[in-house]
Amino acid sequence: MTEFSFKITDFVRIKNQRIFHRKDLIFKTEKSLGLDQFLKEAYQNLKITYPKFHKMDGLCKLGILASEVLFKDHFISPDTALVLSNSASSLETDKKHQLAMSEMVSPAIFVYTLPNIVLGEISIKHKLQSENVFFIENRFNPELLMDYAEVLLETKKAPAVVCGWIDLKNAEYDVFLCLISKEGEIPLSKENLKQLYLFENE
Amino acid sequence: MSDLRTELKQSIIEQLNLEELELADIDNDQPLFGDGLGLDSIDVLELIVMLEKDYGIKLTDPEQGKEIFASIDKMAEFIEANRTK
Amino acid sequence: MNKGIVVTGMGIISALGNSVAENFSALTAGKTGLSYPEFFQTNHSNLPVGEVKFSNEELAGKLNLHEDHIFTRATLFGTIAAKQAIFQASLSKDDLKETGFISGTSVGGMDATEKYYQEYEEKTGQRRFIQAQHPGFTTSQIASYLKLGGYVTTISTACSSSANAIMLGARLIKTGKLKRVVVGGTDCLTKFTLNGFNSLMILSEEFCKAFDDSRNGLNLGEGAAYLVLEADDVLNGKPVLGRILGYGNANDAFHQTASSETGQGAFLAIKKALEIAGLPPEKIDYINAHGTATKNNDLSESTAFLRIFGENVPDFSSTKAFTGHTLAASGGMEAVFSLLALQNDQIFPNLNFEIPMRETGLKPVSELKKKKLLHILSNSFGFGGNCTSLIFSKNEE
Repeated sequence: MTEFSFKITDFVRIKNQRIFHRKDLIFKTEKSLGLDQFLKEAYQNLKITYPKFHKMDGLCKLGILASEVLFKDHFISPDTALVLSNSASSLETDKKHQLAMSEMVSPAIFVYTLPNIVLGEISIKHKLQSENVFFIENRFNPELLMDYAEVLLETKKAPAVVCGWIDLKNAEYDVFLCLISKEGEIPLSKENLKQLYLFENE
Repeated sequence: MSDLRTELKQSIIEQLNLEELELADIDNDQPLFGDGLGLDSIDVLELIVMLEKDYGIKLTDPEQGKEIFASIDKMAEFIEANRTK
Repeated sequence: MNKGIVVTGMGIISALGNSVAENFSALTAGKTGLSYPEFFQTNHSNLPVGEVKFSNEELAGKLNLHEDHIFTRATLFGTIAAKQAIFQASLSKDDLKETGFISGTSVGGMDATEKYYQEYEEKTGQRRFIQAQHPGFTTSQIASYLKLGGYVTTISTACSSSANAIMLGARLIKTGKLKRVVVGGTDCLTKFTLNGFNSLMILSEEFCKAFDDSRNGLNLGEGAAYLVLEADDVLNGKPVLGRILGYGNANDAFHQTASSETGQGAFLAIKKALEIAGLPPEKIDYINAHGTATKNNDLSESTAFLRIFGENVPDFSSTKAFTGHTLAASGGMEAVFSLLALQNDQIFPNLNFEIPMRETGLKPVSELKKKKLLHILSNSFGFGGNCTSLIFSKNEE
């Protein structure tokens, strides 16, 4: 069964002011900070030096933070595919653009009114020129992600795949990214993806 | 006289989200694009919006942007010559 | 286990008309669908657009929708186009129960939000459209109306969305995960998009001139287009419109909205598509280019052409001066146009072209051209660096 020949090599979870690398809590903020402050502090804490970060919208910042943690311990080939999804699309930024339209449209805001820009930002930062896709689903759909990742890996379109969920709505974020490849102990399966997504604190 | 230049530096840092920069980090004649501050094409468009919003100058060709925004000095000169606000 | 993927149905609604036949007629007559906003309310009425010349009421009438329907403009387009495709593919009620639906969109129900957002708080009349803002809602409305019971999902990768939907559908059939799927995309004109693109200064006040040295931007368009894809071993003698032989996707990794000078994303996507198809570059008879007529895209795309094809760049044209740039729907529309080209051995012209770009000297096909066509490459490149190339081939017995 092909279901078990690929592994969930690594994973990251960002929710409720916490960042988990695998099941280890690597960053948390004490009080309920606003989204912008949380993102800024996480950026500083993770010692990322990438000034373009500050120009991005919330969704892209979350993507950069998550991928930074996920890629830390691995060599990431430029063929690593990206398969991401969410429910809210780019709604937070869409709202900002809508507001700006009543005064003066900001091109820097408009540029982020598409959820797949996060794929572009991750690709630019990590020099990936791989296949990438963004799905809009009502909720986290492990089967979709697994199917897509498997097709890419089995047909050798990519040596590794980053897949997951990255949602931002009403300043609430819900991020789960995992790296799928032949390495690691956790077999790739719908159940395992779901379990890891549901894990928040032990 | 140097107020406009200070104003511009402040605007640029805010508008373009150059969070890791202070006013003192930007020299008046330092190139803003390429190796300078590393601004890109979207930044040019944002500066074009700023020109209209804050100084009443409307640019229709983004290509002009690269020259006008080459440095703080160049920007200030252009604005002083053309501002309607 | 690798099955061949064939197209058994197609449907389209665009500025050229409300059927494949109407679109084909305009393409062969060289008659553009570009005009000025009529149904679309905007202050920028000087900007040419590829507007579908039907009001929402007329479209709803064609679908016999009741008064309280929740069909936004993109949903109306999508349902009409997908319905045509399903009809042509002669899908039975039982077939539909197992047929999947993969649809791309960039704005979803944004047009309704623009119209009704202000009144949501005080009045209740239009609140049913609140849920329609969600791009997934557009997809599920279409699937529900057409009784598509298989796997349903929405792809949102800007201008490459429907091309990616076609690619995903093809893959799912090839690997045996699906027998049959309807794929494509839909988008409508919105103030959101028009104002946004205007702020990027890439809209033209003239009818766009792809690949011309004096090109100065794109015209937005709207509409929808869908294909029915099936595995070639379940056909039972059904007529085949063409095959999907290859597909490729890659990220340009350069900038959020501009393409790299070397056209790297395009180059990689085309290369992958050729590899999957098992074709050397010289077998491509025609390229339906992304060709938006922006300074940036056309140069980047041309550079990719030169890198792949060297001195022998095949006949190519952009059909966006016919329909406008229909964003997420463009990949699907251009798939329909590519299949029409294959069926009729005709290359549709790149309207408004006069002078080749000084950097490349390349000349697109600027008049309707009769030519035996076996393999066509179709490109769709989206914001976020998302580049997709598809190869359509004639079904030879």
